[in-house]
Amino acid sequence: MSAAPVTVDLLPRLLSGVGERPMVGLDEHAAVHGPLPDLSALAPGQLIETIEAAGLRGHGGASFPVGRKMRAVASRRGPAVVVANGAEGEPASKKDRVLLREAPHLVLDGAAVAARAVGARQAIVAISSEDERGLRSLDTALRQRRAARLRTDPRFELSEIEPCYLAGQESALVAALNGGAAKPTFGPRPFERGVRRRPTLVQNVETLAHVGLIARHGPAWFRELGTPGDPGSALVTLSGAVASPGVYEIDHGMPLSELLDSAGVREPLAAVLVGGYFGTWLSADVLSDVLLAAESLADHGASFGAGVIVALGPEACPVAETTAVAEFFAAESAGQCGPCVNGLSALAGTVHQLATGTAGRTALSDLDRWTRDLRRRGVCAHPDGAVRFISSALRTFEPEFRDHARRGPCDRCAGTAVLPAPIRARHRS
Amino acid sequence: MRLRVNPVQCVAHGLCGELLPEAVRLDDWGYPILDDGELDPELVDLARRAADACPTLALLLESERT
Repeated sequence: MSAAPVTVDLLPRLLSGVGERPMVGLDEHAAVHGPLPDLSALAPGQLIETIEAAGLRGHGGASFPVGRKMRAVASRRGPAVVVANGAEGEPASKKDRVLLREAPHLVLDGAAVAARAVGARQAIVAISSEDERGLRSLDTALRQRRAARLRTDPRFELSEIEPCYLAGQESALVAALNGGAAKPTFGPRPFERGVRRRPTLVQNVETLAHVGLIARHGPAWFRELGTPGDPGSALVTLSGAVASPGVYEIDHGMPLSELLDSAGVREPLAAVLVGGYFGTWLSADVLSDVLLAAESLADHGASFGAGVIVALGPEACPVAETTAVAEFFAAESAGQCGPCVNGLSALAGTVHQLATGTAGRTALSDLDRWTRDLRRRGVCAHPDGAVRFISSALRTFEPEFRDHARRGPCDRCAGTAVLPAPIRARHRS
Repeated sequence: MRLRVNPVQCVAHGLCGELLPEAVRLDDWGYPILDDGELDPELVDLARRAADACPTLALLLESERT
């Protein structure tokens, strides 16, 4: 996939200077974005107010307001830790990888600002151990910053994370950084007690990149793009039935159909998945009404999530796609919570039976009961994500599911999968 | 007061569902589904007994907190 910024007047921001060389080095970074203000001269509270005024939300999936999260960490006693979350376990997402590879200094700037804001002297950049190019870029970037003696940088540490879907879940990431298994935990949340028991701010790497730019240019500049409720720009990973899949930087105020058109969408589309695998399907007839902003997406039951957008074309079978992802969800359960282990396995099994025309008469009522009963029953939101995806698919593709349940697999079932569902052999304790 | 379950700790003994059916029902695999929100004050004593009886101490009776 390539990083191709959509050319609109005020864009790109994060992807400025990206694509010409393997990575944007420190000198080039300073030339493109200008200098970071002297953080030691800025009060932490003032930095948090700036982020709050910008209205920045997290770009890792949950869209949580960044200023509020910073405030929660800053209000705790003792030195804090900042974690730049680049674990990116979402199979259809590539944007964090692209950012870390190509513009690592933006992420590191944001981590430095965040560290100042919450009172942290240490910032850990967590990245998938399989992302060799990202590791190389970060390594180079950290060497460049040490050589330039950036006085306001926190102590940076690079941490390689074993890749899996849940590796980026906040409490699982903190558990992994503390030397344990990358599994979500019950009890104190990272902002209360995280890495080395310290109050910990975990932010997605793209979120931090925005923080680095807001610290330079201010909240009013940030709000020049986007909508009042969802300001700024965002990275999306667009894949599926488009001529130019890849990572794009979009304006949150942009209509979804405009993005699809600019990437050369192949009509007619069956539906578009928005958010991530925990996301929502939008049927083709609503695409022209939807903006890529939280409030507009919410009108259609969707959310921006981690910026994953997958266009499902006419050659794909939505039932086969749903089945593969349902099985992926079951396989990627951390195996800790009964409702998740049993529920996701039952959901995947029954969806598979519907897809192959082997389901019993109670299949649909079983699915209905399980999707209602599984919400908020795990220690993390993994079962909620699975339920959201499967419910949305059953609703959006109801005729296709009914057809498969009656007649079995269709001609398109054996085609190439649009949604990647890598299933890893995992050992569970 | 409200009930909360530690889903990592819970292994579906199901005692809570037996002792406190007013606020706990069990799913298809015997794991508890708790009523949302504030517990009826009349149920607090029963809820405390159910929490104490949980063999894995997975059922928690908590006062409102943010």
